[in-house]
Order: sequence, then structure tokens, then C-alpha cells
Amino acid sequence: MRLKTLKGGIHPPANKLTSQVPLVTLPAPKRVVIALQQHIGAPCQPLVKLGDLVLMGQKIGEHPATISAPVHSSVSGKVIAIGPVNFSNGKTVDAITIENDFLDTKAEPIGSGKTIAELTDLEIRSMIREAGIVGMGGAGFPTAAKLTVPAGKKIDMLVINGVECEPYLTCDHRVILEQSAVILNGIKALLKATGAGHAYIGVKITMEGAIEKLHEAVLMEKGIDVVPLASKYPQGEERQLIYAITGREVPSGGLPMDVGIVVCNIGTAWAVGHLMETGMPLIERSVTVTGAVKTPSNFMARVGTMVSDLIEAAGGYSEEPGSVIMGGPMTGLPQFTTEIPFTKQNTGILVLTKSEVQPAPMTDCIHCGSCIEACSYRLMPVYLAKYAQAGNTAGLEKYNILDCRECGSCAYVCPAKLPLMHYMRVGKEYVTAKRAADKK
Amino acid sequence: MEQEKLVIQSAPHIHSPMTTQKIMFYVICALVPAAAVGVFYFDIRALVHLLLSILFAVLTEALVQRLVHKPITIRDGSAIVTGLLLGMNLPVAAPLWIGPVGAAFAIVVVKQAFGGLGHNFMNPALAARAMMLAAWPASMTTWTSPFDGLATATPLAIMKTGISDATALPTYWNMFIGNIGGCIGETSALVLLLGGVFLIYKEVIDYRIPLAYMATVFLFSSVFGGNGFDSGLFNLLAGGVMLGSIFMATDYVSSPATPRGRWIYGIGCGLITMLIRLWGSYPEGVSFSILLMNIAAPLIEKFTTPKKFGEVAKKK
Repeated sequence: MRLKTLKGGIHPPANKLTSQVPLVTLPAPKRVVIALQQHIGAPCQPLVKLGDLVLMGQKIGEHPATISAPVHSSVSGKVIAIGPVNFSNGKTVDAITIENDFLDTKAEPIGSGKTIAELTDLEIRSMIREAGIVGMGGAGFPTAAKLTVPAGKKIDMLVINGVECEPYLTCDHRVILEQSAVILNGIKALLKATGAGHAYIGVKITMEGAIEKLHEAVLMEKGIDVVPLASKYPQGEERQLIYAITGREVPSGGLPMDVGIVVCNIGTAWAVGHLMETGMPLIERSVTVTGAVKTPSNFMARVGTMVSDLIEAAGGYSEEPGSVIMGGPMTGLPQFTTEIPFTKQNTGILVLTKSEVQPAPMTDCIHCGSCIEACSYRLMPVYLAKYAQAGNTAGLEKYNILDCRECGSCAYVCPAKLPLMHYMRVGKEYVTAKRAADKK
Repeated sequence: MEQEKLVIQSAPHIHSPMTTQKIMFYVICALVPAAAVGVFYFDIRALVHLLLSILFAVLTEALVQRLVHKPITIRDGSAIVTGLLLGMNLPVAAPLWIGPVGAAFAIVVVKQAFGGLGHNFMNPALAARAMMLAAWPASMTTWTSPFDGLATATPLAIMKTGISDATALPTYWNMFIGNIGGCIGETSALVLLLGGVFLIYKEVIDYRIPLAYMATVFLFSSVFGGNGFDSGLFNLLAGGVMLGSIFMATDYVSSPATPRGRWIYGIGCGLITMLIRLWGSYPEGVSFSILLMNIAAPLIEKFTTPKKFGEVAKKK
């Protein structure tokens, strides 16, 4: 049988250096820096003051908006600073710094100790909200908001994203191998929270042992299936994953909900499962520290650990670093400093060497069409790049720039080495700016 | 930890190993066997033609870029490809100055005048060949037979003037291996096909254009050629269909980049080739068919823009 997958796409070298390296739980650092925005949506307001004593898992920041997620202290200790710190998006963000007392005194668990079967869908959603769970695949969309189905829509399917299509990263792979029972619990809770009848876990066949492990876990479960997928990028992008598994195309400009589907990352399922079992909010997660470090590793690390500490924990740089990237090499954000806090949605820290980030010589576009073939959204990056350079918003709109999901496949394949993804982003800016101006 | 100076650039941070230079290198690699076979059949003079064409293509490119104060990009290899293709499109008996003149025309008028690499609206080598055919028709259609260098006619010309003597036509085997009259690099279907397979395997060219082109030529001439599948095979092996469909029609810049557009473009090339061959006044139509389709390429591309992901679902 031919394996399911998406159309178009690319096959970058996987470079999964750490797929056989077990998760190591890192000891909590001396101090943690909890950013007040670790999600898409409204930034949190601090709930604590300088000098306050906080417990591990205590809520220390919150915002009432629907699209937001509270943040929690990942250690017990004392608040020693509240203010802006450097952040992974290249800007600064307000953060609460807590000095660890190394007692790990836990706050009251979330929930009332009921089992998943006893909880209602509303209770599960409010627990998820309270625990500050966000999309763990990198985007950081508040999970509770995603699970809230508006009136008139019906969700018939939950898709769990276990494909981890970014090269290098293995944090999801390790969680699947080591904590599949927790994931299963999370999926059960997510099914209940959405009212979906069926869950499909998409996993790449190249993730050694993952399919077997999940099969074992779901063997006795009704309504949860593992779907083996061919290895291809960008299969972890939710629309492509939905297409690969179900053949449904999410309408342009719409949401997965429009085709009756909610997609959650397998890391999110783990976080929900962990919440259901322990009542603890999201204060630690798996992360891959890889590339040009001495011992590429998978860690279970506390949120708020400094990125420099994580690199140190992986043995430090193995040679002079070229770029330090938060996330994977296809879509990750390069950093100007490693003195930034680790957050809930950080999947990996990738160190590339100087020679790896040496830009290849650029030529003019030779119109080879590789980008068109690579684009799984069936766009024409070759035109979009030209229109973006010229600031031609009419052209950008005509060729559907806003349907670009910024997966970077076009820029990966380009033989002229044009920074196509950059042009896509510039083009989107032009169009959104124009639309905002038109509204006024 | 001591802070290093870190590089910030737009994602993705990894790139495929394919570069423009590598593409040109692969094309040259795929062309060299056919050029070598040309030298084998048509002697050392063929080699001189090829080298002169390449030399002048590269020199004029550097000269023009120097004159207009643009960076000199001869290292990308595209001028070598143009020169080589042009040389392979010359009859060996043509005067030696004709290659350099054609190369200069291809580079200056067709390529650099429109902005250089990636901006030529026609295949430069073919446009130069068409110019030379119009300017020096006698020189460009004086054919000699392999090895002995005696004056001969190409199989297509024999066909065009009517077959008075059936033995005048070469065997299919000779046409397949290239032991016939014709341009330096176009005669050996076998070696050209091998080059094509190599380029498709290396993902340099799309199989769609050559396949559509060859299939159209074969089917069209089988139906209208008057001799059934014999005509089909004959037209496939004679003249420049192999060289044209594999190496000239697939020029990225002057062909559509959309998958559906490439089918249409290939079929169009095949149709025009056969219209000229069967009912036109020229015996051969490959150059003109590709040039005409070059001009149509942007239009084809416009009408074959793929439907974006999620568009179908929306209309439900």
C-alpha cells in the first residue's frame, strides 16, 4: 500500500542526531525567567509582586481574554525581578524572575481529582486553560481556545500531530517512546473536550519505534487510530497533515474546524495527559538541543530555564557557532543572544556552524519552477517573490500570498538561493497593511 | 556564557545542494557525449566549431557585463551552455566565423539586452540559429555526411524533396546512432536520450516537456505522415527533435514553469514542428516551433496557474 502523505513538499536531510538519546530530566536552575507571553494572544498581567514567595505550579500571570494562556512558576521560591528581558522573537518581553529555593513545594493541583470519564467537556477545557497549555508544536496557540467549538460547528475528528517534520528535532519522538501512556490519556481528554468521535495520530514511518509504541498504547482503545505517514516536509503543518490523513482540504482563509477537525500536537496531548494525571500546569516540556553541541540531547526542562543553560547542559558548543536557532532549521528563529528564557512552545535549540550558515552565492531567478513544484499550497513563489520585491499588492493578492503558511519549502529548493520565505513575509506585510488601510 | 556573534538570517536555515551553477554543470555533462559523437562523425572541424562558439559566448557575456558595469557572472556556466548548444546546432561545413557571430548575437541581443540570466524571453542559442538561418541560408544548410565529408542531404530534406530513390534514406539504426547528415550535435538520438535520462534523474529537467514533445511528433506524423508508424519513428529520429525537446525546449527561462503548462507547451512544440515539416517550406521546424512556443510561454503559464490549496472546498 502506498503511504499517505501530502502533495508537493520536500525531503530535507532528517539529521535526527538525537532520536536514540533518552529524555534527561534537567535539574531546575538557580533562577527561572517566566515570560508573560508564551502564546499567541493577549500577554499576561503579573499576579505577583516583587519579593512574593511563590510555589511550584502557582499561577503568576494571567489575562482574561479568550485567546490567552496563564503562566506558572516552574519552581518554588521568591520573585526577584519583574520587567523586560530579551526574547526569542528578537524583541523584549515582560517576564517574572524567580529565585529557586530548591524545595519544589507544589501548589494546589488543578482539578478536583476526578477521572476523565467523570469530567465534563467544559471542565476539561477550563482545566486546560487553567494549566496554561498551548500548542506545543511551536505556534503556541492557546489549546483551550482551540478546543472551544463555536455553536453551529461540529467536530467529528481529532488529529494528533506526531510527525515532527522539522529536521533535527526529536522531542516529540522521545515523548512518544517514553511516555505513550500519558499521551493516550491526553488524547482521551481531548476527545472528550471536543466531542470528536475519533482520533487519528499521524506518525512518520521513519520515527523508529514510534508507530509500534503508539499501536501498543491504543490497542485496546476504541476510536483512536495510528496513521503511518510517508516522510515529507511540511507534513507537520496542520492543513497538510489533515490532507495527508483524511484527504480533506481546509478551505483557504478558513480553519480546520470548517472541515470538522481539530489538530493538536502530540506534545500538547502529552501536556494534557500530564495535567490529568498530576494536576500540574505546563511548567516543563521536552526539548531537543542539537547541532553543533558536544552531546546533542533531549531534555525534560523547566520553563524559564535560560537557553544558554540548556546549551551548556548539552556540553556547550562543539565549535564556534554560526547561528543559534529556536525551533527547527526550516522555520526556526535565529537568535542574537542565548540569554533568553526557554518557553512552553520551544521544541528545540539548534546550533549551526559557521560554514553551515554561510550563504550560498545568489543568482537571478532562472525560472526553473522548483518552487512551484515544492509548494504544497499550490502557490507560485516565483511570481510572489517578484511582486513582493516590487511592492505590487495587486499581484500579491491575485497570486494568493496570504495562503502561504511560511513552511520555507520554496526557499529550500531554490537553486538561485533566493530568500523566498523572506519575500513571502514581506509580501504578506504589504497585503495586510493595504487591507488595514482600505478598512479605514 | 561568553556571547558569540551570531548570524541572523531568514529561515529556512538549510538549503538543498542544488545551485544554478550545478544545474548548468549537469546540462553541460549531459550535452558533452552528444557533442563528442558529433566530433567523432564530423571530424576535428566540429570540435573547432564547438570551442569557438563557447569561447565567444563566454567572452561576449563578460564584455557586455563589463561595459554596463554589472557583476561578471560567467562562472554560473549559462554562457557555456548557450555556446555549446549553438555550436551543436551548426552544420560542420559552415564557415568558422559563423559560430562566434551567432554566439555574440545570442548573448548580446537575446540574453543581455533583456537583463541577462533569467530574463531572456527566447532560448538564446535557438534565436541565434534562426537569425543565422535567415541571414546565411546557404551556409546553414550545407550538409555533409559523417566520416567522408561529402555533400549530402539530411533525412528530412530528402523526405521534403520527395523520395525518388528509396535507398537514399538512411536506416533507422543509422539515424538512431547518428550516422547521418545534420547539425554537429543533433544526429545521435541514442546519446541525446541518454543525456536526457541523466538530466531527468538529476531532477534538472522536467520529463513533461520532452515527453509531450516527442509523443506529439510521433503521433501526429503517424497519423498525417502518410506512412503510419514508420513516419512517426522517422520524424522522431530525424532532425533536431531529440536535441530540441530535451535540451532546448526545456530551457527554464523561456518555458512555462507550471506542470500543466509544460504539457501544453510540449504538445505545442510538437504540433508546430510537424506542421512545418509536413506542410511548410522548410524541411525542419524544431527551431521555429520552440521559438514560437517560447513567446507563448508566459501566456500558457498565466492560464495554467495551479488552483490553490483549499480553493475547491470553499466553493462547496
